[in-house]
Amino acid sequence: MLQESLIFEQDSPGSTGVDLPDLPDVGKPRLGGVAQRKSVGLPGLTEPEVVRHFTRLSQKNIGIDSTMYNLGSCTMKHNPRLNEKVARLPGLADIHPMQPIETVQGALALIDDLAEWLKALTNMPAVAMTPGAGAHGELCGMMAIRSAIEHRGESRTRVLVPESAHGTNPATAASLGYKVDTIPVDKTGRVDLKALTKMLDSDVAAIMLTNPNTCGLFERDIARIAEAVHEVGAFFYCDGANFNAIVGKVRPGDLGIDAMHINLHKTFSTPHGGGGPGSGPVVLSEALAPFAPYPVVTRKGDVYDLVESAEGETKNSFGRLKGFHGQMGMFVRALSYMLSHGIDGLRQASEDAVLSANYIMKGLSRTMTPSFAGPCMHEALFDDRFLKGTGITTLDFAKAMLDEGFHPMTVYFPLVVHGAMLIEPTESESKETLDQFVDTLNYLAERAKAGDKAYFAGAPYYAPLRRLDETAAARKPILRWTEDEALRNAAE
Amino acid sequence: MRYLPLTDQDRSSMLDSIGAGTVDDLFRDVPADLLLKDRIDGLPTHKGELEVERLFADYAGRNTPAGDAAFFLGAGAYRHHVPATVDYIIQRGEFLTSYTPYQPEVSQGTLQYLFEFQTQVALLTGMDVANASMYDGATACAEAVLMANRLTRRSRAVMSGGLHPHYAETTRTLARFIGFDLVECPPDPENVEDLADRIDDKTSCVVVQTPDLFGHPSDLTALAEACHAKGALLIVAVTEVMSLGLLTPPGDMGADIVVAEGQSIGNSLNFGGPHVGLFATRQKFVRQMPGRLCGQATDAEGNRGFVLTLSTREQHIRREKATSNICTNSGLCALAFTVHLSLLGEAGLLKLAELNHARTIQLVDRLAELKGVKVLNRGFFNEVTVRLPKPAAGIVDSLAKRRVLAGVPVSRFYPDRAELSGDLLVTVTEMTTDADMDALIDGLKEELQ
Repeated sequence: MLQESLIFEQDSPGSTGVDLPDLPDVGKPRLGGVAQRKSVGLPGLTEPEVVRHFTRLSQKNIGIDSTMYNLGSCTMKHNPRLNEKVARLPGLADIHPMQPIETVQGALALIDDLAEWLKALTNMPAVAMTPGAGAHGELCGMMAIRSAIEHRGESRTRVLVPESAHGTNPATAASLGYKVDTIPVDKTGRVDLKALTKMLDSDVAAIMLTNPNTCGLFERDIARIAEAVHEVGAFFYCDGANFNAIVGKVRPGDLGIDAMHINLHKTFSTPHGGGGPGSGPVVLSEALAPFAPYPVVTRKGDVYDLVESAEGETKNSFGRLKGFHGQMGMFVRALSYMLSHGIDGLRQASEDAVLSANYIMKGLSRTMTPSFAGPCMHEALFDDRFLKGTGITTLDFAKAMLDEGFHPMTVYFPLVVHGAMLIEPTESESKETLDQFVDTLNYLAERAKAGDKAYFAGAPYYAPLRRLDETAAARKPILRWTEDEALRNAAE
Repeated sequence: MRYLPLTDQDRSSMLDSIGAGTVDDLFRDVPADLLLKDRIDGLPTHKGELEVERLFADYAGRNTPAGDAAFFLGAGAYRHHVPATVDYIIQRGEFLTSYTPYQPEVSQGTLQYLFEFQTQVALLTGMDVANASMYDGATACAEAVLMANRLTRRSRAVMSGGLHPHYAETTRTLARFIGFDLVECPPDPENVEDLADRIDDKTSCVVVQTPDLFGHPSDLTALAEACHAKGALLIVAVTEVMSLGLLTPPGDMGADIVVAEGQSIGNSLNFGGPHVGLFATRQKFVRQMPGRLCGQATDAEGNRGFVLTLSTREQHIRREKATSNICTNSGLCALAFTVHLSLLGEAGLLKLAELNHARTIQLVDRLAELKGVKVLNRGFFNEVTVRLPKPAAGIVDSLAKRRVLAGVPVSRFYPDRAELSGDLLVTVTEMTTDADMDALIDGLKEELQ
């Protein structure tokens, strides 16, 4: 495929893609003694050049609009364009966060209505709306937990995290100064309850558990885990990354959890946008609710208000987590998704996601090696035992999928099985697509077992680029374009 | 339900092939008493597009959008014109519906624009390198303090009284939980504080904003020298990134880390989010940076390409030893930023920044003529603090009723500081018309009579 040069290499000095009004004559600038800048170093391009550049770049990408994008634990489901349309209504996109409260009653009502949905779907009494993404939600939940522990005059130093957890869990706990202890996983892919019980004591602040877990399995002992955690005075943080498997089927509040973040981009289909923006509201138990971050939307009758500091009802709030009031643009899209599905559609979506994952697990069991016995929830975990002796790795297998037109599954995660391949089809795929996917992977698995190592090692052949050398890129990182010839040549 | 492709026939044939009787057989690991038999009460059932659009039109209709008023708000979120091309590009499905570029061979679109974004941010801020974006300016600011603490192995940060209160509060939250000290200077509406005095050999960094909350730009060269003389780092925050088209960039003044809110370029106000945090630093500090980084790479045939790199800093590799717990960035907002800045280019950005400033001068001269009104700024970019003889919040509320959104009262940030109650932050951009200015001036005249 044609190489697309960088915008900096397409510079025609003086060109621009905007036509601006003439400057009024107002005399000298008034910059308070700071010197006026004479140049930035940006390239000049006209509008058609910019449009073509980014259109060409887009063609080097695939998204859920292009193909099944079965990244496990990432939940790549259909992104309805209606959500984009309503998020762009001037009454929602063109409002400033510090406008007088009377002029943003609709915005506050929308946030409050979304909060009510989240509370009802989880059966939890409170929700903190401001976290900017899932990992930010984890930080929020764990800060609430630490606040509650400190409020009762205790200090605890340990947080327990299963070895199958997302990397953000231990990173979050460690960033708050906790010592992270790893809970082993048992032979069925679930938390080892006996081992966990032994690890629990009055120094444990919380357990951080994903349910359904990252092996795609429901933690059968969840109620007993919650009980054991609460018995030692610790809190149960649930990573809600996989909430999409159980919406309308199971309410996390019924499982005894104290806090859970909800990735709106996973469960409620706000677009992933190449890696963000996200939004990570956190539902909280009665015990944690008083410590939630501000700002908080409040309601009296039909009138909404915004509490922007620790005062009155929010006097125990642990503080602010980000600028302004949360990811409004994502709230609009998520609520649009919820209203479109309704509770009937949300429940059906979870069922279809689980059904599709089990269908794939069954269909691939002929050639590949599922790591644990089913049924699985919304994602199916395989390991690389089926590649044993072939010299072909999980990565090679994933790259070969690119040539078949599918985005690969999540690879090498979770860490509890060797060469993991975590497949999440979601509810958005038709049976025809699922069948095609299963046929393709069975074909590749058979080809791998037949010993076609060179083919896999060389894949992909038909993607916009051949395999990239990530190791070399990290050894001598080039993180920006520069006019410096020597630096550019070193890379080429 | 229009979003769900499986038919009832598909479902039963799939269940057959799995060997399950009903879908609830697949949920059999859920304890029976926890599995809901019916729909959750009190929530509505599915709706068609038309009905959903009506509901959102109702929410939208209960707000006053900036475009329906004479609009002068800023204070960390700015209303600028976004060219139609920007929204077209970011809605292309290949960008909108892709994820973090874990498979670089089919993600070169995302990766190349992130590389371009990083370069643009480095150029704008006058720094060596930038990351692939953060949640917003406030969280970027807090992360910068953590990074400075790591680099200096010290744990006391000095924060300017001109720093946006949300940036200060976000940093304060982390300080409390992560355990470092903050020296917070009082709000400084007249730009008279002396930060150099506050630096000692325990100071990890000084955090200062330019133009600051009250609109004052500052030459920070001397402050940078004072920091470096004591082994501390200078963190410069910029909430109005458009100002970097007119003002000397922080990098040229000696900043070690620059954090900024990038919303002004390419992104709508969105009631405060999502926005896009910019984070730039010196080459030598790159391995202590938080967030994603995109780097240049070569493919098996020798072609240039791009990959996510230095991920050994990040949580998915390092887990509890990561530099930050951050996973998500603001990818699509970063794309909007990059497309808009590509359209502006050198000539467009410089002119647009000048236009913002010139239009602000026009309003400032008119404000200064009003009886009882004092403009506190000697210098400014596109935002000034106006001191009124009455509480600014009341005037703002009253003007809002006549469709003049006059600015942000400083008391909204500092409700307990009576001495600031008359202060109003007023912003002018290229969006502000002469008629808007007339409406503000007339409104203020009447309110102050």
